Amino acid sequence: MTGPSRSPILDVGSRAVFHTVLVVAVYLLCSGHNAPGGGFIAGLVAGAAFVLLDAANDFDPAARRGRLPPEVLLGAGLAVAAATGLTSLAAGATFLESDFVSLSLPGFGTVKATTALVFDVGVFLLVLGMVLAVVDRLGEEPE
Amino acid sequence: MIPALIAWHALVASAAPVLARRLGRRVFLWCALAPAVTLGWIVAVAPKVRAGDPATASIRWVPALGLELGFRMDGFGLLMAGVVAGIGLLVFAYARSYFAGHEHPKLGALGAHLVGFAGAMFGLVTADNVFALFVFWELTAVFSFLLIGFEDTKGSARGAAREALLITSLGGLALLAGLVLLTQAAGRASLAEILASPPRGGTVTAALVLVVVGAATKSAQVPFHSWLPAAMEAPTPVSAYLHSATMVKAGVYLVARFAPAYGATGVWRPLVIGIGLATMLVGGYRALRQHDLKLLLAFGTISQLGFLFVVFGAGTPTATKAGTAVLLAHALFKAALFLVTGIIDHQAHTRDIRRLDGIGRHHRLLAATGIAAAASMAGIPLSFGFVAKELALETWIDGPFAGPGNAAVLAGVVVASMLTVAYSARFVWGAFAAKGAFPGARAVGADMPAPSLAFLAPAALPAAAGVLFGLVPGRIGSLVVDAAAALGSVAAKGPAGAGLELWHGFTPALGLSALVLTGGGVLVAARRRVERLQTDAPSPVGAATGYQRSLEWLNLVADRTTAVLQNGSLPTYVAVVTITVVVVPGAVLVRHLQVPDGLVAAESWVQLAVVGLLAVAVGALVRIHRRFAAVLLVGAVGFLVAGLFVLQGGADLALTLVLIETLGIVIFVLVLRHLPERFRAPVGRGVVAARAAVAVAGGVFVTGFLLTAGAARTAAPVGEALIDQALPLGGGRNVVNVILTDFRALDTLGEISVLLVAALGIGALVTAGRGRSREEQR
Repeated sequence: MTGPSRSPILDVGSRAVFHTVLVVAVYLLCSGHNAPGGGFIAGLVAGAAFVLLDAANDFDPAARRGRLPPEVLLGAGLAVAAATGLTSLAAGATFLESDFVSLSLPGFGTVKATTALVFDVGVFLLVLGMVLAVVDRLGEEPE
Repeated sequence: MIPALIAWHALVASAAPVLARRLGRRVFLWCALAPAVTLGWIVAVAPKVRAGDPATASIRWVPALGLELGFRMDGFGLLMAGVVAGIGLLVFAYARSYFAGHEHPKLGALGAHLVGFAGAMFGLVTADNVFALFVFWELTAVFSFLLIGFEDTKGSARGAAREALLITSLGGLALLAGLVLLTQAAGRASLAEILASPPRGGTVTAALVLVVVGAATKSAQVPFHSWLPAAMEAPTPVSAYLHSATMVKAGVYLVARFAPAYGATGVWRPLVIGIGLATMLVGGYRALRQHDLKLLLAFGTISQLGFLFVVFGAGTPTATKAGTAVLLAHALFKAALFLVTGIIDHQAHTRDIRRLDGIGRHHRLLAATGIAAAASMAGIPLSFGFVAKELALETWIDGPFAGPGNAAVLAGVVVASMLTVAYSARFVWGAFAAKGAFPGARAVGADMPAPSLAFLAPAALPAAAGVLFGLVPGRIGSLVVDAAAALGSVAAKGPAGAGLELWHGFTPALGLSALVLTGGGVLVAARRRVERLQTDAPSPVGAATGYQRSLEWLNLVADRTTAVLQNGSLPTYVAVVTITVVVVPGAVLVRHLQVPDGLVAAESWVQLAVVGLLAVAVGALVRIHRRFAAVLLVGAVGFLVAGLFVLQGGADLALTLVLIETLGIVIFVLVLRHLPERFRAPVGRGVVAARAAVAVAGGVFVTGFLLTAGAARTAAPVGEALIDQALPLGGGRNVVNVILTDFRALDTLGEISVLLVAALGIGALVTAGRGRSREEQR
């Protein structure tokens, strides 16, 4: 559906900021363990980026073609989170117990890698999927 | 090894649907690998286990709760596991031929569910931890549900599957409650340990009643038996396996385990034996008037399961031995009979005895198989069923009840056994006799194609075993004795420790056997009169009707409750919740109201300013009439609260709130497109005043609650410990995130699961409404 209801400013603006917002979301996801952020917040930010894009397209389902269905994100998120728990169980720890290693990477300095981040990635995917599922459904034209 | 075998079942089951795409119905041969390996292991450990050294295994499950997956296979478990694996092997071999000619797209799933069931059943009879036992118990119910509903495009199959699931899981709940009470009383969760030194008392009596209810639903006892005839919707291999030889024995298995320990306790024998007798008689009576061979067998199974309750329920050494023998005999002959019925159904395309005519004359081997198995069912001498039944009668000749109690039970068993003889004869006559088709039915039989040997063999094997064990009961007798000994009531080599014998001499039991056969013979001879009598007799309220009624009643209650509690008015919901909160904890709060020392009204002017703006926004919100403006104002309130969080240093919280508010407004706006622009016409003054009162009361309560909660603290806040541990244990400086992804990760996992369900639910609700309106448009 293209036409008069579309705003060119919103259209261009949303495309301009879309990728930047996604990068911010990934940053929030990765830094969440030490600074404000985390999977939940990052998922919401990423969701907002997509919602902005959708709003510019007037929530036209055709514009979403080629995108993963949100249900896949929902399922993948829960699967990743649950798999993290099972991995720690398999490693002999209790369910969902976390572990971390400090790596020093040239150029980055010391980087801490935690299994909690993997769990948070699951949360991120699921929250993103939830936002998209709700907005996609409600955004369809009322009859 | 036991957990590994269960895992092997899971592996075979999960590969089955994939393999079925290439193998077709040969996938059942792959499936047979699961029981085959199990059977091999059982044979290998049998000498050790029978010598009194059970095979055990244990896996850590939830150590914090003292839960472990404990397994212990003693002699009785060995016999049960042997039946599960042995019959399983036959059923898989049989299924390959049974499904010839109709390549069903779901055959892989069927095989997978059958293997899954076999694994669950194997776990059930080897589990020692009662909660592990319960989990396997419920798993068998789930697989049974899936298998009964195999033809999921048929409404009757779905209804039967639902009925079986509802009734058996109701019993499952009772069983769980009983097991919890029992473990509480005993202080341990190992079945063997509980039964070795059984706790007593009022709680335990209640626990026993609950366990018996669970066992009765699973083993289709009166009044819960209606699901078993309905379950005959399943394909015949499934009926043969689950609904005659194994799963329905699960309840009997529990009774057998508990009876030696609790047989002498007040409530046990009257309850179990009463249920069993009623079931025997009802099952036998109903079997006599069935025209569908499968239904005839189903009611026969109900009757036999009642018999097993009666025999095992006594709990005496002779009874335990007799019960074990009957259980084994029944598994053999009933599996054979079902498989024979399946062959007839497959070859002749009917199993209605009004149409079958003269199959016995043309298919000698098939008829011999059916007759041998039916003879064992009727307890004709020289069959294993006869040996077992003699033992059972002996139990009650010098039985555990004093005086007339014994005689009453014995009389009931004798009458029910006569019915058994009669319906066994009806099966043979109905399936094989050259009797001509009934008026108005087209006869089938002479033109029925002969079944292949591979099709017939799985049915013939157990039938032949029934004859062999009857003629030479010595070998199998020692296995039965070892199994009964493991139940803990048979003294090592007492009189009851002797093996099984075909010929006991001229004992009272033999006299009763003769009486049973004569009575059964009379019923057979007078079958036309019996049938007319049954047709004319007023049909009492059947269990199937009872099930329907209770289901309707349940729906009615649910509808009425929902209509009251969920009337669809949001203001009513909010009011009910708020008033409940204000009245219930509020009444306590009034008496304990405290204000913390050194309460500061505001820390800065900025704080005051934000609160002032909040007040303005809220004030405007309650006066506004346009939905869109109201949504924006709600958002504004959220952003201002986020501002307060920032002032207090809660960056994470503020960030989350801002994002939620932003997306919330977007979603609100999307929803608004479906709603009228303005709120409904203003309500009356009285209603407004009442709402204002509720709102103010809610606000006052929350304020008072927060003040009191802040002042009433005596223990150190748990938060400080979490802050201290965040870096060393969680490796992160953001405490909130460490809590979410580490300390309380399980909570988070639960919460995101809720999010997932909510997201899918919203999608379903929105599309459901649309779908309907679209259909209406068409």
